[in-house]
Amino acid sequence: MNDNNNDDAMMDDEGSIDVVRAVELEINALANTPNRQPALSIKKLDRRSFLKLSGIASGSLVLAAIMPGPGATAEDFGNLVGSVELNAFIKVSSEGKIVIYSSNPEMGQGIKTALPMIIAEEMGARWADVEVLQSDVDESRYGRHGAGGSTTIARTFDQMRTMGASAREMFIGAASLAMELPREELYAQDSTISHVFSNKSLSFGELAALAVKQSLPDPKTLIFKDKADYTIIGTSVTGVDNLEIVSGLALFGIDVRVPEMQYAAYQKCPAFGGKVVSANLEAIKKLPGITAAFILDGNDNVRELSSGVALVGTSTWAVFNAKKKLDIQWDESTASKDSWTQMVSRAKQIHAQPGTELITESGDVNASFSNPEHQTIEAFYEYPFVAHLCMEPMNCSAHYKAGSNGEKDTLELWIPTQAPARAYPVVKSMFDLEQEQVKIHQMRLGGSFGRRVYAEYICEVIAISKQVGVPVKLTWSREDDIQHDFYRVGGFQSVKGSVDKNGKIVAFEDHFMGMTYKGGRISGSGFRATEFPILNLKNARASKTMFDIQTPCGPWRAPGANTTAFVIQSFIHELAVKAGRDHLEVLLELMGKPQWFDQGNIRSLNTGRATDVIKLAAHKANWGRPMPKGHGLGLAFHFSHAAHVAEVVEVSVDANKKLKVHNVTVAVDVGPIINMSGATAQVEGAVIDGLSTMMGQKITMENGRVEQSNFHDYQVLRIPNAPAVDIHFIQSDYSPTGLGEPALPPLAPAVGNAIFAAIGERVRKMPLTDEGFTI
Amino acid sequence: MAKYQLNINGEDIDVDVDPQMPLLWVLRDEIGLVGTKFGCGIAQCGACTVHVSGQPIRSCITPASMLAGQPIRTIEGLANGTELHPLQQAWIDVDVPQCGYCQAGQIMSAAALLEQNPSPTNDDIDAAMVGNYCRCGAYNRIRKAIHLASENTTTPFYDASTPNIEQIDGDMKGEQA
Repeated sequence: MNDNNNDDAMMDDEGSIDVVRAVELEINALANTPNRQPALSIKKLDRRSFLKLSGIASGSLVLAAIMPGPGATAEDFGNLVGSVELNAFIKVSSEGKIVIYSSNPEMGQGIKTALPMIIAEEMGARWADVEVLQSDVDESRYGRHGAGGSTTIARTFDQMRTMGASAREMFIGAASLAMELPREELYAQDSTISHVFSNKSLSFGELAALAVKQSLPDPKTLIFKDKADYTIIGTSVTGVDNLEIVSGLALFGIDVRVPEMQYAAYQKCPAFGGKVVSANLEAIKKLPGITAAFILDGNDNVRELSSGVALVGTSTWAVFNAKKKLDIQWDESTASKDSWTQMVSRAKQIHAQPGTELITESGDVNASFSNPEHQTIEAFYEYPFVAHLCMEPMNCSAHYKAGSNGEKDTLELWIPTQAPARAYPVVKSMFDLEQEQVKIHQMRLGGSFGRRVYAEYICEVIAISKQVGVPVKLTWSREDDIQHDFYRVGGFQSVKGSVDKNGKIVAFEDHFMGMTYKGGRISGSGFRATEFPILNLKNARASKTMFDIQTPCGPWRAPGANTTAFVIQSFIHELAVKAGRDHLEVLLELMGKPQWFDQGNIRSLNTGRATDVIKLAAHKANWGRPMPKGHGLGLAFHFSHAAHVAEVVEVSVDANKKLKVHNVTVAVDVGPIINMSGATAQVEGAVIDGLSTMMGQKITMENGRVEQSNFHDYQVLRIPNAPAVDIHFIQSDYSPTGLGEPALPPLAPAVGNAIFAAIGERVRKMPLTDEGFTI
Repeated sequence: MAKYQLNINGEDIDVDVDPQMPLLWVLRDEIGLVGTKFGCGIAQCGACTVHVSGQPIRSCITPASMLAGQPIRTIEGLANGTELHPLQQAWIDVDVPQCGYCQAGQIMSAAALLEQNPSPTNDDIDAAMVGNYCRCGAYNRIRKAIHLASENTTTPFYDASTPNIEQIDGDMKGEQA
């Protein structure tokens, strides 16, 4: 294979009008890609051997990738629908190395491993031949880069299969020519095209040069593999970055180092929205290692640039130290005055009334509640604000280069973010740079959980780099990180329900007390008209009262579900207890016969799938078994993010309210599992995260200031308290959906229900430390 | 500013920095060894764990100037040349990392544990690893990987005083520059 072949291939392409087609030379792409990948599971760490990979440029080709695929919808492919934009995810060298680009941000959810597995599966590649590289940011080439809402697998499964299958068909076409055999007699397996009736075969490497000249198949003609034939999907594959992680190689945003780089810190007002009036900048500039100190006015948009003082120096230590010596006068006239104490007291005043705004109403809840044959109970639930607490604090590196001699300014960014392309419009509006003036590298994220969907740390570092004219890495301290988060919003729900004389739940009402931010909607602070069990009952009502706040909030792992599940799944247990019935029996009765609540929409609750996971979790946990004194089993189900998840938790509680969570049994239906190791990791992690949050995490604010600052007063669960997690998947035939979030919501109510079973005390407030529990 | 020499992963390195600067920032910003992570700056999370004379310490609160003359080992120096430490291999085999950010610190704490106790129980592991946060909740896999590495280890993997050669971090520094 040589360059001429590639040139020919490009010319061949120009005649193609039937399908969207791309054949591109990628001379320098590998060498310029920031995250190089070693081969997987190699025992010997030989960095030079995988550095050699970057030398394959002249012998490499890029196979065409098609999108949108058959059956695409606007939601699946965002703004690419109907366009002729191309994507190229697959590259094969003449030596047989297969490079697959991962275009979505990796934050620990495992997408950088899972999506290439789908491509490799359809392609017939051997996984050991695959190197995964993080793509740069180019939505016209790769499609949407974002990750969030547990949507990536669902959104891209068919797209990835299409790319893999089209590459496979091109290899088969090439092999058919090379071996002079009919393509119907050829098949792809282990990175080789083999002949069914003989031992003839050619490897992908041998075929690469010819494959690129093959017509791209019409996506409508592609046939995806039967799942019975899968050799990669559904197996356990270790994360593609693991060798770099365990070796301490640079990978994360915070690891970026650029020649001439300086280090920055940024101090904002402790009360959100406060503005700098003056600061002791002259004294600060004299401190060792400080090269610049200046005020940024900001644009009053907390998602972009808040007013603050920028410090630039020769090390992170120098700027962190100087930051502690800052003396700033703030104008807090328009700053937040939010008070958690006041929010709690207001909620307690109004909770018994209906909300100011009706969400949904069916039947007649009041008639049911006043029916003398019914037993009716009410309860008030409370959950606090919480922080994201990514282990890697917010950071970003930027190099703003002012153009000289009439050239335009340029900007290079290294961002750990869930939404890399969202930087473009922000950079345009704030710094007046067009997309072609901006180069974005997406870096691995040291955790995100919804935090890094906003761009304020990006804006901060751009403004700083522009001012000082050199590359700058901005690192937030942990205090900055905790006190300037976009928090999981706190709130309250007042619930009321009744059971009839047979102990059947017959009516449910929820008064949701949530928050708006300066009049605008907050992710996770809403109550759906379709929320379980509204649609399961003839008599249901939901209303809301919203409090307006100035504390920034945003998505936090399973927004809305992570708190509403706690309320509803605990309260259903309360109703079962009131009725004197078994929780499992009541929950299954509530689900009723198998049905979709929105026929055919896999993002809606299916009571059959729900019933199956509830039964499976109960069965695996040996539900109903006799428990020792002080021990209890708790059950909860929750549907969110298109996933049906049930959990059973075993706890024990001693006389001093010391809690031990012994084990958690989880049953999940998200359709077929792509990477079994990654999927179980997400469930294990969600369970630990859920317990960690429920146990002791709480952000409070008074006079607009967050009162917690670091891990000493905002704690994460530690290893001795991590329960065993037993995970079971129902791999139903529905399309696969995401698993980053939905295993978290059922944990809190299952723990609360287990505590009730153990000691008879009902938990209606998180965190548990506020209720006197320890772990 | 103060000039002093540090012995990091078997290599003598001259530095000229503020004597109060913690080892963490000397490693990351001055020397370019970014495997050791910043998590909290107050010795609460363990992301910055390195070994000094074989003992795990929190590099975010330890002034580097105090460590002159003592052998320091970081995650970049844990492999024996190109051969992974059994813990590193176990971490890959068990697929421990989720986001992966805390794992260098986890592995360094675990390596110190195995030096002292080649066959730890779960309780031993919990006691040794209690100072290392994993926000993603990979704790069960961390336990499993330590057990796996323990089974794979017959003798202490390295002697803290033995210089380590062919370091991968040398390559890394070259690429990042």
